[in-house]
Formats: sequence, structure tokens, C-alpha cells
Amino acid sequence: MLKKLLVANRGEIAVRIIRAAQDLGIATVAVYSAADAESLHVQLADEAVNIGPPAAKKSYLNVEAILKAASDTGCDSVHPGYGFLAENAAFSDAVTGAGLVFVGPSGDAIRMMGDKVSARSAAAAAGVPVVPGSAGRVEGLKAGHEVLTATGFPVMIKAAAGGGGRGIRIANSLAEFEQAFPQAEAEALAAFGDGGLYMEKVIGKARHIEVQVLADGSDAIHCYERECSLQRRRQKVWEEAPSRALSDRLREDLCASAVALAKAVKYSGAGTVEYLYDDEADRFYFIEMNTRIQVEHPVTEAITGIDLVAEMLRIAGGEKLRIRQGDVSVKGHAIEVRLNAEDPAKEFAPFPGQVAELRIPGGPGVRFDSMLYQGYQVPPFYDSLLAKLIVHAETREAAIVRLIRALNELKIGGLKTTKPLFLALAADPAVRAGDVHTRWLEGWLIENAAALAG
Amino acid sequence: MAQILSPLPGTFYRSASPDQPPYKADGDAVSAGDVIGLIEVMKSFHEVRAETAGTNIRFIADNEDPIMAGAPIADLD
Repeated sequence: MLKKLLVANRGEIAVRIIRAAQDLGIATVAVYSAADAESLHVQLADEAVNIGPPAAKKSYLNVEAILKAASDTGCDSVHPGYGFLAENAAFSDAVTGAGLVFVGPSGDAIRMMGDKVSARSAAAAAGVPVVPGSAGRVEGLKAGHEVLTATGFPVMIKAAAGGGGRGIRIANSLAEFEQAFPQAEAEALAAFGDGGLYMEKVIGKARHIEVQVLADGSDAIHCYERECSLQRRRQKVWEEAPSRALSDRLREDLCASAVALAKAVKYSGAGTVEYLYDDEADRFYFIEMNTRIQVEHPVTEAITGIDLVAEMLRIAGGEKLRIRQGDVSVKGHAIEVRLNAEDPAKEFAPFPGQVAELRIPGGPGVRFDSMLYQGYQVPPFYDSLLAKLIVHAETREAAIVRLIRALNELKIGGLKTTKPLFLALAADPAVRAGDVHTRWLEGWLIENAAALAG
Repeated sequence: MAQILSPLPGTFYRSASPDQPPYKADGDAVSAGDVIGLIEVMKSFHEVRAETAGTNIRFIADNEDPIMAGAPIADLD
């Protein structure tokens, strides 16, 4: 078992990790920037170390300062949380190189899943369905023609060295393809110094469904799926479990494929395998694997009763998986909404400031993960997530009713938050019916701009 | 002399990205509406524009400085 853990993060996830460690009797060390001296994770940890000025680059991304803090306080382990250094392979290597335990997978596993082409190859090799497309790089227009038999139209031509939506072209016909391919090649060469391309079928309307896995380096289990189709600018805003779109048969196939991938790459810790699910074709496709604990992990904890962060700490401490697949079962339905310091009436403009009043929802089936307290000054330097409200009930319908009840109890005075967005979504017939896809919310926000402004 | 004040709290940047030159150098002339910097607030970026013209801008805030709303960014003659 780990003895003393440095939590290399801030905000609600630092609080969450400190709580899990304290439940297991592990001592905790918080690190903080000058802007976070008064923050909740600093108050709750056994010790706290100032690691630098407000800019994340100089504090929460400062590997040297974090490792020094771990060494100065006698820690034996580091939990990276999510964001910041969580999926930085070099950080995982540096922690291990300093003789400490990294609570997460090896640097090599992070690197493999971080590279789009190698992650796709690993998934395909493990028998996980990937979006139909090229096996690797497409060498020339002639090779491109052969890939078209697998993808059909529309097809996406992507720069192998691209990312974040850059270097992508979509062709709707053979004529467009023959024109776009050489252009994409030249563009990729100019933009990235590498003309390498790969191709993927365009999946039109799809849901975002992801599978939670736990693994100990040799064995792996899944903790069922989450659906996170409600997204704004590719950021999830509302997550739930289980997904109502899947049949039991497909759910088993999906979850088994995630376990196969985790085992194939000898994964260790908590991870999430993300998929697109095409309702019409009733098929799922691998997108990527996230090698960290995710923001939305509490919905899985609600329906399975498993403390995912505690299990991560146990595995990192050298224990084998304690939970057998047969022991994991789904009870009821859970929904999480992300309360961000943003003004939905003003195109989600960020709204840092002081929490003048705080009333936290409670009662049966309600969980509130947050770093807020009355009088807390929300700094402008980091992301806008203030709190996650998680509700759990017997059915999806009852969970939505409970969500509305809990949102009405919640009061965060002095700040603008995304609470009005979730009250409006919870009342929407399409959300109530679960009839959504990953681009649904964008259209809804345009149509309902007036209602949110009110 | 006029002062350009920060409209928002956050992190101040002198250029559009780290590999680009600053929008304005000390001593530059500025027209009303010119972008003189960026403020990053909770991971979103907002341009700071000069409200009035001037012949000589002198920055008070450094690149990547944390800044509060209403704090001076630059003096302008």
C-alpha cells in the first residue's frame, strides 16, 4: 500500500483524490500555485507545498517543482488527476525515474495511446472495431483509391501529423477525392513538414459512448459504459450511465472489446476507451483511449458502487485487481452535469469571481464534487469547472426528476454558472427521450439562445 | 497621457502565440481599435484593444503576467 501521496493537480479532482487517499489511510501532500493558496485541496491535505506562480506552465505543469515537492515531503507516489500532466508520458517516466510510483499507466502505454495512428493500430490488433479507413499511412493517390472501398463517401482525409481538427479534408465524391488528396498532401507537408495522410469514413450522427476499465498490468475488467453525447465545442457537459441506446448484446460486445484492448497493451490503472456509436447501423467504432481518471467517473461509481480512485491507488500500491468481472453489476441510472463558471446567456463567457453564497444540494441519490466554499475566490487562471452534480436513481426518468430537484436546491451566489443550461436541458423532450447525438447540443443552443438569455 | 486598463482578470500575453512577435513594442504608435495584447481567462482568449490613439505605448504588464480586471496594462501618450 502507498504511504504518502503527492496530488499533482488542483480544483475538484485534487479534493476527490485527497478524500480517496485519506479513506485508505494514505497521507496526502497538496501542491498549489500562488493563486490557489486558499483553495480547498490545500486545506484538506495533510501538507501543502507552494510550487510557483499562477501560470500553469510555471506551477502545475512544472515537473521539476513537483518532483522536488515530492522529495522534500517524503512522498512515495504521485497522482496526476486529469488535465495538466495526466497524459504526459515524460512526466510518468520522470516520476518513475525519481523512484516514485506514478498512479497511472507507464510512459510507454501513455505514448502508444497518445499517438492516433499507433492507438488505432493497437485497437485493430486487439480486435476492437475502428472507424473504417486506412491501416496506417496512405502512400499516394492510388493507395487512396483502394481505401475508398472500405470507407465509401463521405471520406475524411487527415494529416498523420495533424491534430486538434487541423489538416482535415472531407470528400463527398470520387471527383472531390481526386482533387482533395494531392491538396491535402501539399498542405500537410507545408503545415507539419510531413505529407503523410490517413483516411477514415465519416460517421454522420453518432453518440459518444465510453467504457471504464480497471487493470493491474495483467488482468483487466470493465465497469460498463457512460454516454457523453451532450457536448459543446467538443467539451462534455452532461454525462450518464448506462447508455440507453445500447442493446444488452451490443453492450457486452462493447465492454468486452475495451477489456481486450486493456489486456493487449498490458494496461495498469483506470482508463477509458472511447467509441462512436452509430444508431442507424447499430455499430460502434474505437476513437481513442484516455489513460487517466476522467471528469465523469462518478456516474460509473454511482451505478456500480466501485470507488474508482481508491482502486487506482490500490493497484498503484502493488495490489492485484480485487474486483472480478462477475462482481460488477449495474444498479439504476446516474447523471452528472458540469457546473462551470460561465454565463450561458453570454455565449458561455468565463465568469471568475467570489462565491458570495453557497447552498449545496443533498438528500438521497445526490453527490456534489466541488472545491467551492462560501467566500472562495475563483481564480481566472485555470479551467472553469466549479462543481459536478451527480444524481442516481432507479431509472433514467427518475434521475432526471432528481437532477431538477437538486439543481433547484443548488445556489452559487456571486457567479454566473451553467446551472440554467441544465435546467433547460432536463426539461427538453429530446433529452428526456435520450434522442441525442454528439452535434445535437450545438443546434439546440442556437435555437434556445433566447431562453438561456432570460 | 492615457492608460490602457485590463477589461478582465486573467493572464496577459503580448503576442498572439509564443512564436509570434508582440502586437506592439514599447514606443510604437497605436490607433484606436488596435489589438495590443490578449487576456486568457479560464482557458479562453480575449483581445485587448486600445480605445484611443497614441504615439508612444509603454507596457506596464509583462508577457504572461497574472492581471486583475482594472489593472493597468500600458501607458499611452
